[in-house]
Amino acid sequence: MVILEMKNISKYFGPVKALDNVNLKVTAGEIHALVGENGAGKSTLMNILSGVYPYGTYSGEILFQGEKCAFRSIRESERKGIAIIHQDLALIPYLSIAENIFLGNERAKWSVIDWEKTRRDAVSLLEKVGLKENPNVLIKDLGVGKQQLVEIAKALAKEVKLLILDEPTAALNEEDSDNLLRLLLELKRSGITAILISHKLNEVIKVADAITILRDGTTIETIDLRDGEINEDRIIKGMVGRELTDRFPKRQPKIGEVYLEIKNWTVYDPKIEGRKVIKDVSIRVHRGEIVGISGLMGSGRTEFAMSIFGKAYGRQISGEIIKAGKKLAINSIQNAIENGLAYVTEDRKNAGLILISDIRQNISLASLNKISKRGVIDDTEETRVATEYRSKLNIRSSSIYQKIQNLSGGNQQKVMLAKWIFAAPDILILDEPTRGIDVGAKYEIYTIINQLAEEGKAIIFISSELPEVLGLCDRIYVMNEGRIVGELTKEDASQEKIMRCIMQSMQNNRGVL
Amino acid sequence: METAKVTQTVKFESIGYTLKANIRQYAMLIALVFIMFFFQIATNGILLVPMNVTNLILQNSYVLILAIGMTLCILTGGNIDLSVGSVAAFIAAIVGKLIIEMKMNVATAIITGLLMGVVIGVWQGFWIAYIRIPAFIVTLAGMLLFRGLTNTILKGLTLSPFPRSFQSISSGYLPDFFPAISGFNLTPIVFSAIFSIFLMLTQVKKRRAKIKSNTGVMPPVLFISQLLLIIVAVNLFACSLAAYKGIPIILMILLALIAGYHFFTTKTVPGRYIYAMGGNERAAQLSGINTNRVLFFVYLNMAVLSAVAGIVFAARTDSAFPLMGSGFELDAIAACFIGGASATGGVGTVIGAIVGALVMGVLNNGMSIMGIGSDWQMTIKGFVLLMAVAFDVLSKNRAK
Repeated sequence: MVILEMKNISKYFGPVKALDNVNLKVTAGEIHALVGENGAGKSTLMNILSGVYPYGTYSGEILFQGEKCAFRSIRESERKGIAIIHQDLALIPYLSIAENIFLGNERAKWSVIDWEKTRRDAVSLLEKVGLKENPNVLIKDLGVGKQQLVEIAKALAKEVKLLILDEPTAALNEEDSDNLLRLLLELKRSGITAILISHKLNEVIKVADAITILRDGTTIETIDLRDGEINEDRIIKGMVGRELTDRFPKRQPKIGEVYLEIKNWTVYDPKIEGRKVIKDVSIRVHRGEIVGISGLMGSGRTEFAMSIFGKAYGRQISGEIIKAGKKLAINSIQNAIENGLAYVTEDRKNAGLILISDIRQNISLASLNKISKRGVIDDTEETRVATEYRSKLNIRSSSIYQKIQNLSGGNQQKVMLAKWIFAAPDILILDEPTRGIDVGAKYEIYTIINQLAEEGKAIIFISSELPEVLGLCDRIYVMNEGRIVGELTKEDASQEKIMRCIMQSMQNNRGVL
Repeated sequence: METAKVTQTVKFESIGYTLKANIRQYAMLIALVFIMFFFQIATNGILLVPMNVTNLILQNSYVLILAIGMTLCILTGGNIDLSVGSVAAFIAAIVGKLIIEMKMNVATAIITGLLMGVVIGVWQGFWIAYIRIPAFIVTLAGMLLFRGLTNTILKGLTLSPFPRSFQSISSGYLPDFFPAISGFNLTPIVFSAIFSIFLMLTQVKKRRAKIKSNTGVMPPVLFISQLLLIIVAVNLFACSLAAYKGIPIILMILLALIAGYHFFTTKTVPGRYIYAMGGNERAAQLSGINTNRVLFFVYLNMAVLSAVAGIVFAARTDSAFPLMGSGFELDAIAACFIGGASATGGVGTVIGAIVGALVMGVLNNGMSIMGIGSDWQMTIKGFVLLMAVAFDVLSKNRAK
């Protein structure tokens, strides 16, 4: 039985056609994956379905449970049993789990909240999603994985029939992702239909019953996985419209002498007294080498990188940084930049870019002294630099004056890279440089990274995606719970070996405890 | 040797694009012109008689000075400074005490006053930038603190009169450098003529550079009419000054401050730091910008400008009194927001704040001439503030 049918949906933003006669058919009780590159129209389509873009702002027809729908707001679609969970979670940090679950849907009589019932219902919903937490705990004290479960509990509280999840595992580590996917399968068994938007194709293949591929605002195809197994390359081909024979650009590594050495690096948590976040880490990077740091989320990779970068994280930092045989004393970020370090953050929106500002000013921000004389900025030079990097890194935009907030994720990432390449560092630390961006843009970013290595820079590459680490890096450090728990050469490394390093270290730790 | 021939087509932006891109800036300017036009009729032409034009400058000088500093505060992230009125009064009281009671030399007293401004700036800047107490709270405390100190110094009384040399800051005029023509002061005209030529040359040069680097420029029609409009406005303004007493000294101070801070915010590295901090503080920090230092400087600067405003106001009223300067902070803040500054920081310009302050100033002045009571003046000003910001918010929403 078909639960949802979207027919010939078209949607314009100004003169731009975002969706062009898109069709989507979802069978009741299945997990239906929606895949496509960024900007392919997945989110737009789901926003139409959930009433974010009200009826009348698009053309086409939506049939839900055989009924024609004309949602004018999210409330209307929710009443019909459609719930959407956005990529950026919409929970209130200083309210409790129970309060968040019933937000806008309070267990109340005459607007007076029945706290007893709220608690009771929350407990039973938490049980359903497998979250073992007291419903009075505040959201801010939960990790992202658990918050995601609260979001799902919130949807279940509305007696959802169709659950839409937009990149639910983007911010989760492997364990939490697995949990979430397992929960999805359980919900399916209890009769809930789900639409899953995801970039992680291995997950899609694992849980989905059908896949609809969008490209450039049109439906390419719907593949029914019940008809037989397919592989990722098959899906990627549909998404990008061409065969990606190799997901990683070729490179002949030219590795030079040891360039950067970190010795016995120890960092304490800035907020919790006495808690060690990084424990006695030592690594070395050669000129022209791409060194990966692999590990689960929360393993301390970002904290390690930021503490090196001018103590941008942590306190009571001890250890040595040796660059080209010389010991450095780096005490501020400015110091780090002057010493040839660059750190490209994983969090481009909150910590990397000035979204309300344009491409030009973002590229120059870390190197204003290069384009100014006696503190006065040379406009022409700034424009020239921005123009040069825009074309060099192929930043797709109307001009260098385009605001960052109007760029796609991949292009934002390129602006961030441009900013740090222009700063001309010798050592680049890239933290999740391909998070949340599409296959095509990833390839371009890999190419840029390879070029930088070619120029003799030392590169530290941090990523949660194992295939990417394996495909790109010459050597891989495995990190877990603030320690280096393994070092593998490119030839030696495999997904299994990396995971084994992590698992072993966890067992060892438990043994000690 | 061969030189490669480069054929290049000039990239013009469409008129629509140019207008849209600058709508916020132009909208307030257009509103200002409209308001002036309205009061010109409503007051039977009194608004723009030469004497009143000069008066407009003198009346609003201190708000303009404060609005400049307040723009920087707001740019860092929607931070405001509530203490500026009290600080201005405090400095005026100190300077009054030094000159009138202790017979100190005027120049020395002014320098002492400005140095006191620096001390106050260091005090407030320290709490705001390094201890990170919200600016709102620190300056609220400063508002009470310095008002109290003002009262203590003045013992609740009014100090008056100042010597002529001090008063001339706000009521003096530049001498006429040219042979007198009966009742007509040539200096402003010569100044504005020089300015017009300078403006034309620099604008044309800038446009050429832009065309050369192949970045879009305004269509010629719009460029020329914009330039002409500015030149005509400046020269008309100069004529009206010439017909009265010439160039007020305070106008020179104002122009220097406006030009200096405009340059500072748009062309210099520290100026860029302020915008970067307001746009995304974390990103600015990770780009090697010491945002604590930026914040400290901005509040130090605000206190010094408050001191300047205090001195200017004392010179204008020829006195120092306990209640002076109360409400200045709100006028300055309102000017910034009417002028297009964003309450979350990172967006706003010095010129915008000046336009905003002039809108308020013309409203005040026009309504006073019409004989509208101060109760209604306040009501109307409040309404204008709300409408200006509402316009801003709505036009941004539509852009999305």
